Amino acid sequence: MSVRLLVRSAGPGVTIQDLGRVGFGRWGVTGCGAMDAAALRLANRVLGNPAEAATIEVSLGGLEVEAEGGAIGVAVVGGGFDLRLDERSLPPAVAATLEPGSQLTIRAGARGTWAYLAVAGAIDLTPVLGSRSTHTRSHLGGLEGRGLRAGDRLAVLGARRGPEGTAAIETSALEAYRGSIRVMLGPQEDHFERAAIEAFLATEWRLSPRSDRMAYALEGPPLAHAKGHDIVSDAVAHGAIQVPGSGLPFVLMADRQPTGGYPKIATVIGADLGCMAQIRPGEAVRFVAVSLDEAVAARRRLFARLAEPVRVAPLVRGDIATADLLGVNLVSGMIDADRPPEG
Amino acid sequence: MVPLRFLDSGEGLLVVEFGSAIDAGLNERVLALDAALTRAAIAGVIETTPTFRSLAVAYEPLVIERERLVARILELAAEAEVATRPSRAWTFPCSFEAPHGEDLAEVAGRLGLAPARLIEHLCAWPLRVHMYGFSPGFAYLGGLPAELAASRRASPRAAHPADAVMIAGGMAAIAPLPMPTGWWVVGRTPEKVFAPGRDPAFLVAVGDTIRFEAIDAATFAALAARAAAGEPVARVEAAR
Repeated sequence: MSVRLLVRSAGPGVTIQDLGRVGFGRWGVTGCGAMDAAALRLANRVLGNPAEAATIEVSLGGLEVEAEGGAIGVAVVGGGFDLRLDERSLPPAVAATLEPGSQLTIRAGARGTWAYLAVAGAIDLTPVLGSRSTHTRSHLGGLEGRGLRAGDRLAVLGARRGPEGTAAIETSALEAYRGSIRVMLGPQEDHFERAAIEAFLATEWRLSPRSDRMAYALEGPPLAHAKGHDIVSDAVAHGAIQVPGSGLPFVLMADRQPTGGYPKIATVIGADLGCMAQIRPGEAVRFVAVSLDEAVAARRRLFARLAEPVRVAPLVRGDIATADLLGVNLVSGMIDADRPPEG
Repeated sequence: MVPLRFLDSGEGLLVVEFGSAIDAGLNERVLALDAALTRAAIAGVIETTPTFRSLAVAYEPLVIERERLVARILELAAEAEVATRPSRAWTFPCSFEAPHGEDLAEVAGRLGLAPARLIEHLCAWPLRVHMYGFSPGFAYLGGLPAELAASRRASPRAAHPADAVMIAGGMAAIAPLPMPTGWWVVGRTPEKVFAPGRDPAFLVAVGDTIRFEAIDAATFAALAARAAAGEPVARVEAAR
């Protein structure tokens, strides 16, 4: 009997994601992939999965799953979600073994917008155009091109157990928001007066509730264009900050259309894309401009940290406050959960 | 020729800009560089996306530095032969009859044309696929007769059916996936420009031409049934 993950409930916007669909932008295909790819990488790495293994991306809508037909090792990384294994409260980044019949609940917590549930083994889905990532707008990939819902069953090929008991995952490899998101100006900063660029960098923006996997809408004082708000459509990067006629910027995220016709004042650097994704609607965000060299250096540091052995700390059973438990164990009980480095 | 501009969108996307207009000549240069970059298979180059007037080069800056990539692109652009890129000429059947030409009468009225004249203009000569964008397989077709330069709708209409043939903004488009649109839906082709399970998933390359051939709704139904069974219903020949 095959091992499956049964979805007991799923909020809107919970989808299968991997590192995205590469090579099809020329055909108008959206790249998709994890909103916080660094968190996805860490979750897969803890379990010894390849980096590109498909995971469940959990939105603020939350998710409840149960193992069927056998035990499955799981890891959850990303944001600060409230996790429960049956009745037991867990820290937001954990690895565990889900025994048949026991239930893992992932709910919106104190912070963060996206969590990644990786399973030890491979979620049995056929890649579409080279990826298992779901693009709901074009109904491609994932499970039937749609979000997960109660009653869905995901077969897990080569299911393995995770750690015995539960273990907290050290997530210091991930970028945390420290008062600003780093951007490189451009590619169309010449479509804005200097004052507009200064205003963009000086403003404390607020993330609009209209934000989704396609774009994060920013609320604040409108920015003035110097040369009109239309350009001949060209390609858009993940993290490009587009300013349409309203003057209110949009940060284009994983489900962005592959091309767009508005000037882009700046682009979030690769190292901060996950951090940007974890900002919640209603929260404030500032941007700071960095050079190409700084962006590349930040990228190098992030990938170096992600390549290091992932440290996990076994959690002792009991009702001690999670934060205290984490504090104690991360200092005293590091063990190396790393598997051979990915290729 | 205007020198190339190199624009950065973050540390992993280099936009090579040939100009700022929608122009078949500029687009040919974009495609020539695209083909040259594909052939060169430079380590660290992840994906190239040709658009009307620029080529976006996604790269891994930890594998190839921007400066080296720019130098390689300048070499390749100097060598790239615009004329040698192969292209194909497609003939696409298209029904403009009810229920397919949903917006035909309305947009023809705006253009001051009888619907039959609009169809004649649209089928008059081959149109060129300038780029894909917006959604999977959404093909922007240039070279439309000036008589068909309808502006876009002020606000988007409800989702069009699959494989809609549309006009707006001086261009035509084929849109495989139903989406709300600011374009005018004038017809529908039974051919599948995009079929995710087929090899190739995408039928028509950028730079290929498409000539529309008017068919009636009954022929559409027959051809659509054949297309659904996986049979090609558009005709193709090598153009040069």
